[in-house]
Amino acid sequence: MMTDFGRQEYARLTEKRALFIAALILILAALVGVAVTLGSANLPVADSYLAILAGLFPEAVDLPDRMVESNAVGIVWGWRLHRVLFAIVAGFGLAIAGTVMQGVLRNPLASPFTLGIASAASCGASVAIILGAGFLSGYLVIGNAFLFAMLAAGAIYGMARLKGMGSETMILAGIALMYLFSAVTSFLQYLGTSEKVQEVVFWMFGSLDKSSWPKLGLVTVVVVAVVPLLLWRAWDLNALAEGDETAKSLGVPVERSMAGFMLAASLVTAVIICFTGTIGFIGLVAPHITRMVIGADHRTLIPASGLVGAVILLGADCLARTVIPGAIIPVGIMTAFLGIPFFVYLFMRRRDA
Amino acid sequence: MPLLRVQGLSFSYRDRRVLTDVSFSLERGEVLGVVGPNGSGKTTLLRCLDRILDPEGDVRLDGRDLSAMSRTEIARTIAYVPQSGGALNPVTVFETVLMGRRPYLRWSVSEEDKRKVSEALSLLGIGGFASRRADRLSGGERQRVLIARALAQDARLLLLDEPTSALDLRNQIEVMALLRRLADERRLAVVAAIHDLNLAARYCHRIVMLKEGRVLGEGAPSSLLTGEMMRAVYGVEAAVKDEMGVPYVVPLRPSDDGVEVV
Repeated sequence: MMTDFGRQEYARLTEKRALFIAALILILAALVGVAVTLGSANLPVADSYLAILAGLFPEAVDLPDRMVESNAVGIVWGWRLHRVLFAIVAGFGLAIAGTVMQGVLRNPLASPFTLGIASAASCGASVAIILGAGFLSGYLVIGNAFLFAMLAAGAIYGMARLKGMGSETMILAGIALMYLFSAVTSFLQYLGTSEKVQEVVFWMFGSLDKSSWPKLGLVTVVVVAVVPLLLWRAWDLNALAEGDETAKSLGVPVERSMAGFMLAASLVTAVIICFTGTIGFIGLVAPHITRMVIGADHRTLIPASGLVGAVILLGADCLARTVIPGAIIPVGIMTAFLGIPFFVYLFMRRRDA
Repeated sequence: MPLLRVQGLSFSYRDRRVLTDVSFSLERGEVLGVVGPNGSGKTTLLRCLDRILDPEGDVRLDGRDLSAMSRTEIARTIAYVPQSGGALNPVTVFETVLMGRRPYLRWSVSEEDKRKVSEALSLLGIGGFASRRADRLSGGERQRVLIARALAQDARLLLLDEPTSALDLRNQIEVMALLRRLADERRLAVVAAIHDLNLAARYCHRIVMLKEGRVLGEGAPSSLLTGEMMRAVYGVEAAVKDEMGVPYVVPLRPSDDGVEVV
């Protein structure tokens, strides 16, 4: 029939996207199953699972004596579980933030890292660690990192507002900020004592060691609040990807939605990296990997790249905790070791095709 | 009532005046060519008509004040095909054309949306590569995809910015013939900014001649494209021949009193 052009292919594409997302959920579930059994406490696998159940239903589960002795419930609930969930939420959030930034700015290099938001957070953390100055006493490092990150996002927005809301303006403003904040961080390191400098350096590696239930709760609330909004406006992202003019002629309020998307992405990034330090790589790579597999419709690209990010971060953290017995490699380093070769492989393969 | 009536339209980028007191009107089923030298304001005019830019003056669409209409309302009536310079977004052709349904879409894609996309693809003769990636198309294919997107948008007015400038000879006449056919058969109104005067003369019902943001003349190609007009607008001495009722401009040399003096 004449009116069938492309419809079957489109149906197949839709199916492929659904399958990809389903597969990612399965992989993630399997990974969670592995991750909760890993740790320096050397609990048997079965004990780890039993401990989870015991935490959920204290009355229904009869704990064997060896588990009471080894404090299995305390270890799994106090150390492992929130870390695993935190890896998922953080990976999800960072990947989505990167997806949105790349979409809005139509630039494959856009990410919280390249736009200066991550280095602003590092700078804020350095100010707190080295100068002891900050905004939330008691949570000096976290508060500063968050505030500086949002400050950077605001500055990018302000500059873009003054100079015209083009994607190039935003990227240039972001790069300028990244260098500025890096320079300030370096200067602070130059001033600081060696212990403090080490603390800063370790913060900047990015790790999940400081995860906890309250932090997980806070990050989850932000991610869960922002993601439906982004999904709801996914068509606007698709239209923006066609160019500002085209988006406008398709009825998208371009400046307003660009600002909204950037704010949402910055907020998610800031609330995650203020707890973890800079895990910059996921926001860049997860969207790319996902786009290569299922294309650039943001209705599916956003959730799928979020899941890819969660898989990468959780997988990296599992390896980071086990690859050197007794030591935990910062997950920020591990994600780069893992993800970059995979990314390059995908990229090279695609170029051949 | 004309579909589009423009009266006293003016526009400035910050302190630079680009369009001054532009007026014309457009009927359904009419192809209007906007011609003029580089920098005469053709692209700016199209952007003002789609309210990508906000001009002064009175623009009426079907009698309604354009500046009082919402973005979505405008998007359902007017489709804008930008000059196709760079590559398109790396999605499939089907999805690129589907973007034309954005003013109507809810979150999911309805049967009607898909049908309209398929129709537009088949009308443009590009149904065969619906699943190809839009960023890997040639210039002629790309232009067709963009026009298909405008058709899927169900607009009654198409604005095209130099639809033929990136195309080879055959693609040029195919695209222009297609626009003319859409106007004749579907009663769409078309405004196209065009550099090639002979192409404009052959396929447009009427032509608006712009110079330095002002309308220097408006009318049927045969009455508008004259040696005098070529001198006044382009600073070029030209012979205008008649090819089966269509004027054909043969540029000879720059005029002695060149445009710079004016």
